[in-house]
Formats: sequence, C-alpha cells, structure tokens
Amino acid sequence: MNRHFDIGAAPHLPPPATVRGVMLQVLYALAPGTIAYAWYFGPGVLIQIALAGLFATLLEAMMLRLRNKPIGLFLGDGSALVTAVLFALCIPPLAPWWIALVGMLFAIVFAKHLYGGLGHNLFNPAMAAYVVVLISFPQAMTAWLPPASLSVHDLSLVDSLVTIATGHPPGSLGWDAITQATPLDTIRTAVASGQTVTEARQAAIFGDFGGLGWEWIANWYALGGIWLLWRRVISWHVPLTMIGTVVALGLAAYLIDPGSNPVPLQHVFSGALILGAFFIATDPVSGCTSTRGKLVFGAGVGVITLAIRRWGGYPDGVAFAVLLMNMAAPLIDRFTRPRIYGQ
Amino acid sequence: MLAAILTITLLGALFGLGLGWATRYFRVETDPVVEQINAILPQTQCGQCNYPGCRPYAEAIAAGEAPINQCPPGGETGIRALADLLGEEAVPLNPENGRQQIKTVAVIDESVCIGCTLCIQACPVDAILGAAKQMHTVIDSECTGCDLCVSPCPVDCIDMIVPESGPAEWAWPRPDARRPLHVAGVRADLRRNPR
Amino acid sequence: MTDRETLEQARRAGEQMHHFPGGLHLRHNKRISCELPIALAPLPAQLSVPLLQYSGDEAKPIVSSGQSVLKGEEIAASSHPHATPLHAPTSGTIVAIEPRPASHPSGLDGLSIVIETDGADRWKDLQPLAGWRQAEPSLLRKKIRDAGIVGLGGAMFPTSAKVDSGSVRDVHTLILNGAECEPFISCDEMLMREQPAAVVLGAQVLQRAVGASRTVIAIEDRMGAVSDALQRALNAAGASDIDLVKVTTIYPEGGEKQLVQILTGLEVPSGGTPLDLGLLCQNVATAAAAAQAVVEGKPLIERIVTVTGNGVLRPRNLLALIGTPIELLINECGGYTPTATRLVLGGPMMGYALRSDANPVTAAANCVLVLTEAELQAPQPEMPCIRCGECGRVCPAMLLPQELNRFVRNGLWSEAADYGLKDCIECGCCDFVCPSQIPLVDWFRYGKAELRLRARERREAECARQRFEAREARLEQENTERKRRREEKKRALGNDQEKQRRIADAVERARRKHDS
Repeated sequence: MNRHFDIGAAPHLPPPATVRGVMLQVLYALAPGTIAYAWYFGPGVLIQIALAGLFATLLEAMMLRLRNKPIGLFLGDGSALVTAVLFALCIPPLAPWWIALVGMLFAIVFAKHLYGGLGHNLFNPAMAAYVVVLISFPQAMTAWLPPASLSVHDLSLVDSLVTIATGHPPGSLGWDAITQATPLDTIRTAVASGQTVTEARQAAIFGDFGGLGWEWIANWYALGGIWLLWRRVISWHVPLTMIGTVVALGLAAYLIDPGSNPVPLQHVFSGALILGAFFIATDPVSGCTSTRGKLVFGAGVGVITLAIRRWGGYPDGVAFAVLLMNMAAPLIDRFTRPRIYGQ
Repeated sequence: MLAAILTITLLGALFGLGLGWATRYFRVETDPVVEQINAILPQTQCGQCNYPGCRPYAEAIAAGEAPINQCPPGGETGIRALADLLGEEAVPLNPENGRQQIKTVAVIDESVCIGCTLCIQACPVDAILGAAKQMHTVIDSECTGCDLCVSPCPVDCIDMIVPESGPAEWAWPRPDARRPLHVAGVRADLRRNPR
Repeated sequence: MTDRETLEQARRAGEQMHHFPGGLHLRHNKRISCELPIALAPLPAQLSVPLLQYSGDEAKPIVSSGQSVLKGEEIAASSHPHATPLHAPTSGTIVAIEPRPASHPSGLDGLSIVIETDGADRWKDLQPLAGWRQAEPSLLRKKIRDAGIVGLGGAMFPTSAKVDSGSVRDVHTLILNGAECEPFISCDEMLMREQPAAVVLGAQVLQRAVGASRTVIAIEDRMGAVSDALQRALNAAGASDIDLVKVTTIYPEGGEKQLVQILTGLEVPSGGTPLDLGLLCQNVATAAAAAQAVVEGKPLIERIVTVTGNGVLRPRNLLALIGTPIELLINECGGYTPTATRLVLGGPMMGYALRSDANPVTAAANCVLVLTEAELQAPQPEMPCIRCGECGRVCPAMLLPQELNRFVRNGLWSEAADYGLKDCIECGCCDFVCPSQIPLVDWFRYGKAELRLRARERREAECARQRFEAREARLEQENTERKRRREEKKRALGNDQEKQRRIADAVERARRKHDS
C-alpha cells in the first residue's frame, strides 16, 4: 500500500531565524542600556517604556484590525515594542504621559501602518515620532533630569509616576528645581556665548568624555550593540561608518578650532549617537540593504548629525540625520547595487 | 528692471537654442511608434479589436483613432504596456471586445471535415493545411487561437481546445496562487458562439 | 571572449583554493546513512520508467505493450539534441505505456513505460568498446550518448551533450565533482569510498572523450575515508594526470559555478558555462556510469540512492534500478518510523516534496529523504520582508533576493531580468535564512518560468506577425495580379469593331463545330 504525504516548500529544514526572534534580540540588547539609564536618572524611563509599549500595542492591534491583518501574528512579531522602547529611550524620563501617546500614535498609525505596515515604512517610526513630539512640544521635550548623583531632589518611583501622570512635579517642586540642561545643550549655549568648550566642560554634569551618566549609558548600549553584531542581527557597516565619520570629522574640527569644538569622543558619548549607531540607523526596513549602501548610509547619518550639532537649531541631530538618510536610502540602494555574479 | 528682463529673455533664448541643438544632435533613432505598438500586441490576429489584424489596430492606436483597451488576448498586461509606451492611463479591458481567456488552439475533427477550404481562407496566419476536397489540419504550433476559423466551417468540425498539460508543459506556479490555472469547466467555456 | 590570462588561471584549477561569495554552514547529517555499506535494492515486480527528459520533452517509446525486452535494451528515443535514449532496467514484458507517478516536482503523472519484471535479469548483448584507451574520442562520445548517460548529480543534463560541446570547445581540464554539499545526501561519498577505482576509470574515460589534458577530482574536506580510498585507487591506476583536491565544506560549494570558483578563483560568465573557461564539470557518479558505458557497454539503468532522514528506520545507500518505486526502497531500509511526516526527493535545500511513495527512482533521484515533524518544525507563517538583507549576504550569485522577490511578486519582469533573476541557481540559501519565512526560491522558480514563457510568447508572436504580414502581402499580390490580367484582357479586346469581329468569329467556330 502506498503511503501519502503532505507536501511543503523547500528548504525542508527548520528556519534558523524569525522576525520575532530578531526583534526579541534587539529588545534584549537594549536591556543593559535601559537598566543603566534607570540607575543614573531614576525610574522615569521605565514608566515611559511601559506607557509607550502599552500605547504601541493597543494602536498596533487597532490598526491591524482596521487593515484586516492577523492580529496575533503581527502583534507577536515584537516590532511595535521595539519602536516603543526606542522612542521611550529618546524622550525625557519625566515627560507627561500624553507625549508617549502622541508619539506612538504617530509612529504606529502614520509612520508605520499608513505606509503599509511592517516592512514597508519609509521612515524609522521611532525617530519620526520623536521628531514630531520634539518639534510640537519643545517645552515638555527639554525637561531633562540631571544624573542622580548631582540631583538635589531624588524622585522616587511614585514621584515619577505622579509627575508623568499629572505633567507637574510632585509637591511644591517646580520644573526648574528638578531639571537641568543636557551636556550637549550646555556646550551649545556656552559656545554661543563666547566660551570655549574646555571652559564649558568644567560644569559638574560632564564626565570623562560625554555627560556624566550618559557616557556610561552609551557604553551599555554599545555592549548590547556588540552582542547584536555577534548574533549577526545587525552588520558592522552602519555602526562603524557612523561612529567613524563622527570621530574623523570631529577630530578634524577639533584640530582646526579646539575652542569651539569638543574632542571627538565627546561627540560619540553624548546624545543618542551610540544608541542611534547600533539600534536606530541599523533598522533594516528604513535603511539601505546593499553592503556599500550601508557604508554610505552610516557615513551620511554621521555627517548630518555633526552638522546639526554644530550649526543646527537642535542640540542633537541623530533623529533628523536618520530620517534624512531614510529618504535617501532607496536612491543609495539604487546606485550601490552589487555586481551580479559572472557579469 | 530692464536689465533683469533682458537677462532672463537672453538666458531663455540661449537655453532654447541649446535645447533645440541638443534634440537635433543627440536624437536617438527609435522604431516608429506603430512598430512599437505592434510589438506589444500579441499578434493573435483575431480581429476582436474590430480591426482586421494586429497591425491595423496598431496603426489606429498610433493615429489616435482607437483606445488601447480593445485587445482581449493582450489582457491587462498588454494594456499596461501600451499605457506605459504612450504615456496614457491604463484602463480596464473593454468588455465589448471580449474578455481575456486561456490560450487555446484550433483542432479540426478530421472525420467530419469536407474539405471546403473556408477555414483556410479565414486563417490570418496560414496555420491550416489542406486543399479543396482534401481533409484539412491545423498546424498547432502556428495556431494563435484567434478562432476566426470556427464560424466559417459549414459542418462545425473545428473546436478550440486548451492544449494538453502534463509534466512536460508544466511550469512552476505562483507560490501564492490559490488554484491551478487550468480549471475544470474552462474547456466548455471556451467554445464561443460564432460572432 | 575569454582572454589568455583568464585561461591561464583556469588551467591552474585546483592548485590554490579560493572562495565564493555567500554560502552557509549547514549541519551535514550525513553520517546516519554512511554506517551501512551500499546494498542492492530488491527487484520490484513492476518498474515504471518515466519518459520525461531534461529538455522538458518526452522521449518517444520505441517498444509497444506486450513486447518482451532484455535488460539494457533501448525502449525510448528522442530526436531532441538534448535528449538521450532510455533503456530497460531489467528483462521482462512491457505491460503498459501510460501516465504514472513520475517523480516530477509538479506531482503530475507523466507518460511512463511500465515493465513487468521476469526475475531473470537477462542482459542484452553488451558491446564494450575494446581498447578504448587508444580509440578515437568520438567513439567514446558515441558510446556515452547511446548509453543514455545523464548527470546523476540531480540535474539529469545529458552527459553526451556536455561532452560533445566540450570536445569542440578546447577543454583543458575535467573537473569531477565529488563535493556533495547538500545535507543528508551521501550517495557520491559512498560510491567514492566503496568503488574508488570506478570513479578513477570514469575520470580517464571522460578525460579522453572530451580531450582534456588533466582531471581534478574535488571532494569535501570532511570526507577523510574518501580521500584515502581515492588516493589509493589513483596510485594503483598510475594516473598522474588526475589530482585529488579537498574543498572547504560550505553549502553550496558543489554547485558547478561555485566549485569552478573555488578551484580557479574565476567566475563563470553570466549566462555561460564552465566551458567558456575551458573546464568541464561532471559528477563523480556520472563519470563512473560513463566508464561502465564505454568499458563494459552497459547503459544507464541504475543509480545509488541515499535513503535517509529520521523518518526511516535504517538509513543507508541503495543501488536501485531506475523505475523502482520509492516504497520498495523505504521497505528495504526497515520502513518508516512512526513520526515520518514528509517525503522529499533530493536534499533538504533543493529537493521537492513528493505526495506519495509510489513515485519511481529516476536518474536524478540522488536522495530519498524522510523527515519528521521535529526536523521540520511547524510551518511558520509568512511575514512581510523586513529588508534585513540576510538573503543578499548568503547569495552565492551575489543577487539581491529581497529586490527580486518584490519584482517577481509585482510582475516587474524587465526589472527582474535586469537584477539577474536568470542567474539564480535556486540553491535555497536565501530562503533558508529569511526571518520572514518568505518562500523566495519558489518565487524565483516561478519568475524564471515566467520569463522563459514570456520570451517564448514573444518569439511566437513574432512568428505570427511575420506569417500574417506574408499572407497580407500574398493576398495583395494575388489581387493586383488578378486586376492586371483583367485589364490585359480588356485591352486585348480593344475597340468595339474588334470586339464584334471576335464575337462573330467565335459564333462561327461554334456553329461549324455543331454542324460537323
């Protein structure tokens, strides 16, 4: 008697990777940096991650339903969570709750699903959302905290919750009492008022290279990024060229005019540069796919970031740089097409 | 003010001359548009477009006398290619001209054929072999499936059939196709009424 | 054309190892089928030989139902230049020529010659080519063609077609491909281990047939026992013009173009073959079969099949007659395990799933793989492409599978062709690594078929156009001709007087005829 079988497509081997697996690994890799963030700047960031994650999941489910897509399958892929976490890491830890809502609304509904959902978005959703809230709500988006070691008023988890929920610091504290300019802001204002960078760096918020606390968070991000490299979730091209370009150009600027330009490593260890290099510019969907394209993409993000930090209207430029290069990515891919075998 | 106007005018004139010169010296010789249209048409020569063959239809399109959606064998793909070529909007196939169907070939029932040569005269691509009072046969590799031979036959001995499909004719299907292209029942569907 | 420097480099094939782009390290899973020696598969009661050939044509049967045949007798032939004759795998009676399961990826039944075996296994008169070492190479090639030798690596490309075109293309090096790169398959490895002398003889036969001056036998670096066995056989044969080379095991290093690149560092031109570099690649089992054809006069009627996977009880290699039902091979290996869920013909990367074990062994059937649910894992749902680019990184043809996928899905055929869809070797690397579980190779197979179909349709449309225009011209000419004759007649009739006179003449003639 002949036996009958169900057929299936080759390869007849278990798949070594899934989208869910990729996204989960990105989340794991973000964990050390996130914990360090909470360690240095209080538990606000964890609340923001929870909020953004909640909003992202709800909105994702809503959009999937509207678009008649399998909700379980796509919610399970974890891409909305990655967007939410990246966004939450970029906003001030005590930003009011509706910042996360507006951000996720823009990220999930506009930047992601209106472009066709997972795999079809032209822009990095987290960065698009960050830029929208940054431009729309400048006040709320500049309320940064000093590192815990420098802060006069330690905010507990409950205090942070109250602040985020009400949009106002607890008790009689005013915003001025608990916030402080970021290192990048400090340098910017100082240079604008005629001070040299070295003078500006005398402030207590500076550490060895970047801002106090910030530089260590960047280290932990980098550690996660290197783990992703080792797991081959991301390739070395974008992080290396991005950081390399910043160091090279920063060094050139520093050598030409050390007064108004910080040492290159300060550029690397402040702002969102490390986070951006390993986790944001490496977003495959909105970035370049060809190897040479990735090199161009990384270098482009580095150049634009530096240009915005030096001459632009905002202290940090990683988000803008990533979005600008997202726009250029299809064109770069077109011009960096690899040669076909034997042609 | 005057200087500005003069400058702009002068620049305009210069660029205009430059462009004129460029079109003349960098002209790319291309096929006349009729040839390009004809190359897109499927060459079935079926006349469903209401023109006596593909080339006449191509000439009518080129002259702007006919819309591009009158060719059922070319289907949506053909319309899209024509729209791309002519810079027009792709429009759906005109149902009055018929609808796109699976390609068929004519087969003559040789026991019924009386050798009247009417089908030979009707065939636009000389794909039927035979002589008066001799049995006729279709060269199936040359048949375009236009079915123009079906209605002239006085004894109704010509059928349009879907060619056999075994593993030799098989090709990898679209992975997301829900069902095979050759569906049962299509054969009966293809015997169209004489127009 | 290939310049001299490139040819020089090609001549040094095997002296230095190179790399090819992309590729994967896969788990071999070969040991389970290598523990037992090759065994003879039992003679089935009925054999079914499918007539479908590499070219896509069916060979024409030259026997009829009821006729009895001897082992090795020719039963089907084809006029197609890329087709080979088929031979009766054993002696018996033809009982039917009808559609039967044909081990085809389509799952469709194909016209097959069904032979009821008589158990005597009586050979026809074999005509070996005596003194082949001195014989004209063209005689060797004719023997190979008449024996119906085809590539046993899985493609079934007629060996004679390859060797014939090689002999006129100035081939300097023959490459015997023993780099069996797909997981699970071990038929070539076992052949080289157990019958190394046959492989060496095959190398010598093919080398003479094609007129090459040396041979490189390429095996994987993990095949220790094979290397020793082959080296001993080479020493015994005193073949100094045959080199044994070990290549690094990276899937798909056994692909023709990839192997050529590993051995020479050169890329086979797109759309070309290794012949463009003066190289000819053949599978080791094909070489052994060619040697049998020339030295013993035996046609291709059997092959070694690896029966393996966790879905069979005792995996091993079997020497099976072409046409033997797979069911029989499985039984010979102890039958299915309770967890057997999928039957694959070929390897896990490029093989295709069969619906039933009634399908027969064909010349292409290098492996029968029975997989269990645990090996397959539950089928993952397909997700949208996230453009991770992993597919491009592993592609040995340096293509951009994610772009090709987009083009093929949306019917952008000229873009797909421009991005090298035809250069895809269907190795399955991109498909395997895709985190979104997109069946990339299936899309590319469909796309390639569609491109071929479109090219054919264009050719046919062009023919139809020419015939239509020729007919129009002919009708036009006939019309003017008719018009001209009518005019001429009219003119010949001239004026009224002339006309009247002619009429009177005619009337007169008629009357005279009537009277007499």
